[in-house]
Amino acid sequence: MSSDPSSREARPGKIDATPVKHPGRWVAVAVIGVLVAMFANMLFTNEAFEWPIVVDTMTNEPVLRGLLIGTLWVTLLAMIIGVTVGVTLAVMRLSPNPVLSYVAFVFIWFFRGVPRLVLLTIMGSLGVLFQGGMDIGIPFDYLFFNLTGLDGDMRFLTLDANTVFVGVTGGAIGLGLSEAAYMAEIARAGITSVDEGQREAAAALGMTPSKTMRRIVLPQAMRVIVPPTGNELMSMVKDTSLLGAVPVTNELFFQLEAIGSRTFKIVPVLTAACLWYLIIGSVLMFGQYFLEKRFNRGYGTRVSGPAPATDPESSQGTPA
Amino acid sequence: MSEPLISAVNVSKSFGDNEVLKGIDLSVYPGQVVTLLGPSGSGKTTFLRCINQLETINGGRIYVDGDLMGYEDKGGKLHTLTDKKVAAQRREIGMVFQKFNLFPHKTVLENICEAPVMVQGRKRREVVEEAHALLEQVGLGDKAAEYPNQLSGGQQQRVAIARALAMSPKLMLFDEPTSALDPELVGDVLAVMRDLARSGMTMIVVTHEMSFAREVADEVVFMDDGVVVEVGPPGEVLVNPQHQRTKDFLSRVTADEEDGGVVEHIPDHVYRPGEPRT
Repeated sequence: MSSDPSSREARPGKIDATPVKHPGRWVAVAVIGVLVAMFANMLFTNEAFEWPIVVDTMTNEPVLRGLLIGTLWVTLLAMIIGVTVGVTLAVMRLSPNPVLSYVAFVFIWFFRGVPRLVLLTIMGSLGVLFQGGMDIGIPFDYLFFNLTGLDGDMRFLTLDANTVFVGVTGGAIGLGLSEAAYMAEIARAGITSVDEGQREAAAALGMTPSKTMRRIVLPQAMRVIVPPTGNELMSMVKDTSLLGAVPVTNELFFQLEAIGSRTFKIVPVLTAACLWYLIIGSVLMFGQYFLEKRFNRGYGTRVSGPAPATDPESSQGTPA
Repeated sequence: MSEPLISAVNVSKSFGDNEVLKGIDLSVYPGQVVTLLGPSGSGKTTFLRCINQLETINGGRIYVDGDLMGYEDKGGKLHTLTDKKVAAQRREIGMVFQKFNLFPHKTVLENICEAPVMVQGRKRREVVEEAHALLEQVGLGDKAAEYPNQLSGGQQQRVAIARALAMSPKLMLFDEPTSALDPELVGDVLAVMRDLARSGMTMIVVTHEMSFAREVADEVVFMDDGVVVEVGPPGEVLVNPQHQRTKDFLSRVTADEEDGGVVEHIPDHVYRPGEPRT
């Protein structure tokens, strides 16, 4: 029938159809265009912005030092603490050992429940709790000396709480522990997202549970862990602005606010703050893109290599 | 006759109140190929998983090459083995899963080399060489650098077989290795298994592939409802079954085959985490 040469003439050819019109889109473009123009107009004509002062405060030396130490350095330290402690907590939480699991639960409960601002203020006041300094040594050593009537102690090192928990260290520990509680939940979601068959395959190859976790489960969990961790990193950058509560003075927002209250140039100073946080955020988003690409290897649509003879088992790889 | 490589004595296993294995006895001798047949829910997969301790048994004993699996007998009292010792016992046993379970974040080559390097502590260079040879053996010599999701199901399963063989196991367990495959991909996997059987590997195969059972198996074990109903060479059990349950099962399966249907398409039980295995 269709092999009949006469009907071949009538067979439909290339499609050249008029696309559907979207008048709504053009209306939206017009409305938004007007709003953007109004906003841009305000940015450039409103005297209160004082752009030269914005640029000036952004590159002011104490502000830059605050950016480096209080914002970037503390973010880095806090995220390192947060990720390592958080992943450990997640593994503990999923452990068959009920003690570990419960300890992790209590930790997460506490640090997720207390606001960061309150936590940082507490860090700054911990010196009150340890007025004689913090001793590191054998616990309850005084009981031994009281019982035996001997003199002495078994403490090797005394730390001054007022120097440890104040300033950048205290701020990084406070933010890091708070972050750990959130990271623990993210890592737990990542670990449980890995197919049970993966663990079984590793076990059948003679891998111990800890090796299976490190070599097989965690690398696959990273795919699920990385995107929300990017969010956490972004939040952390912004939450360093709370460090003034510890107090840490070498911090971006603290320094900018100080300039603002000294010069009464509130709008330029706050604009400078927004711009700095936006610049950091943009750089981080860029970095996250590459990190996600790295951990998506072996998933989703293939990027290279020859096409297989048949369709791959779609149930095996989840689309990216 | 030589000592059995596997000897299961009165093995029982329950999931909660559900008794899945009700006293299984089975001996497999070195070089033997044994297929476990039976309807869904008969306990054949569970029994296979018990052999390498993916499930812990509630009663009986399983010995592999004379070693009691999972426990240490100290003066008549059993002590549970540590994770490390269990892992060491599993090294001697290769396992191939229905859903392949290749590591998706590793290339084919890395999948094969992972355990020999990380578990046996062998030199990567020599393991890589061996891995390439194994890939040739399963007909995938050109796929070393691919990721599992770039392969078809049949290719993935053959990689999974190579991965298990890389540990030089004494014994290979196959858990419905062709059930998740498209019909036209089954043949390649069965061919690899046939070669392996010919090379003298001891194998226990849970399958619905009657042709494989007929042609390759030395012994067919028919299970139903948690017990071994019938054991014997395929020429007896498949041709002239003694028990009604075996006859019923075989007539159902062969009817499917004659329909031009494919045996591997018997709706099979796909395991979801958290549910008892059958």
